[in-house]
Amino acid sequence: MKELSVRHLLGIKYITEADIQLIFETADHFKEVINRPIKKVPSLRDITIANLFFENSTRTRLSFELAEKRLSADVVNFSAASSSVKKGETLIDTVNNILSMKVDMVVMRHPNPGAGVFLSNHIDASIVNAGDGAHEHPTQALLDCFSIRERLGDVAGKKVVIVGDILHSRVALSNIFALQKLGAEVKVCGPKTLIPKHIEKLGVTVTTDLVSALAWCDVANMLRIQNERLDISYFPSTREYTQQFGVNKALLDRLDKEIVIMHPGPINRGVEITSDVADSDQAIILDQVQNGVAIRMAVLYLLASKIERTHEDR
Amino acid sequence: MGQKVLLNATEVHIALHRLACQLIENHHDFKDTVLVGIQPRGVFLAERLAQLLQQEYHIENIRLGYLDITFFRDDFRRSHKPLEANKTQIDFVVEDKKVVFIDDVLYTGRSIRAALTAIQSFGRPVEIELLTLIDRRFSRNLPIQPDYRGRQVDAINEEKVKVHWKENDGEDAVYLVKS
Repeated sequence: MKELSVRHLLGIKYITEADIQLIFETADHFKEVINRPIKKVPSLRDITIANLFFENSTRTRLSFELAEKRLSADVVNFSAASSSVKKGETLIDTVNNILSMKVDMVVMRHPNPGAGVFLSNHIDASIVNAGDGAHEHPTQALLDCFSIRERLGDVAGKKVVIVGDILHSRVALSNIFALQKLGAEVKVCGPKTLIPKHIEKLGVTVTTDLVSALAWCDVANMLRIQNERLDISYFPSTREYTQQFGVNKALLDRLDKEIVIMHPGPINRGVEITSDVADSDQAIILDQVQNGVAIRMAVLYLLASKIERTHEDR
Repeated sequence: MGQKVLLNATEVHIALHRLACQLIENHHDFKDTVLVGIQPRGVFLAERLAQLLQQEYHIENIRLGYLDITFFRDDFRRSHKPLEANKTQIDFVVEDKKVVFIDDVLYTGRSIRAALTAIQSFGRPVEIELLTLIDRRFSRNLPIQPDYRGRQVDAINEEKVKVHWKENDGEDAVYLVKS
């Protein structure tokens, strides 16, 4: 019988290929569940999950909340904007306060890289990283790979290019780890200023030429230009970025094959990707969103099954 | 570890025909009836019966689905081995239909309890019946009894009933295994 090798999902770095395959197989079943007339199963009815969002998020948070509710877990929500964090409380104190209310699992987004790892060393609950700074966003990478597997049959042997701001992107890092563990080839493409130094050491190839990257790949994952993270000017203007790194219909039509277009959302229409591409059949952006719920259900279900029942429960 | 034959291939064959005839008695042309095999082991029996009804008894509109009960079980986090899910495939509307659950062995009744909850996700059946090849009486934990049974057996809890199917295990037979 199969189970995950970890108690927390802190990053793709910490899990194995077998873990990823198990999550995918479980997500297949949950995808069927969420397409039923009644989209709910009672598995996690004795589990309480706290969603701790120390950084803004709409879709990831909605997706997690929906996944939790479809598994019948009890959910408490917390966002830093309306909390005692503003009053100077430390991360461990905040979390311990919430845990003393008998919470079994924590889903956390935090602006500091490694926040999840730090927390896992200090508290008992099972932790799911929903994004920690520019470090990892494991569930996004899982749902991206799951969507590739769904569209192309398999991830192994596929060529994937990640385009855009690699430097500030946790989606990029988690995707690189996940794609490589599943046997795909990865290339990153973007302005030199937005590609981290020494990224080749992760085993990826680097290019600044979008046209050749698109001709090479089976899948292009277009990252959002995160204006809120760009503290200095990394490229002259948005218009110039679009001319060099934006994907449009004409560019895709010039290729001799049909590649798959992905985007983690939210889309800046007309910047990294034009509307006609985003809405075309080549784009699987909305499939990614639907798969996100199934993947998160699978992750929560598999982690919950590893939570020991304490004496009081018995 | 000794094992005893409960049903040999001929006896399985006879039981299947009898169960098919009993279903026809109650459901006639199966216009408002759907068959649901309980994953994983009930599927073989369900497929066999559906095939019999179609080929030997010429009933045309047999609708067969598969129901996985993993996420509805009451032993999540209670057993030491993780629960592994199987495929659910129900391509028809269950609302206002007569549903026949099909499973190979009825033991504690807990799987059927889970199946009763799980099927509600697909609508409100007008009636649910239970067909099982082997009914292990005296070992029920819940007030659940079969409507159709192939063979009733008295087995103590340490014993295991194993159903073999030709397509999966190379032969049709039912064994009582003593551990």
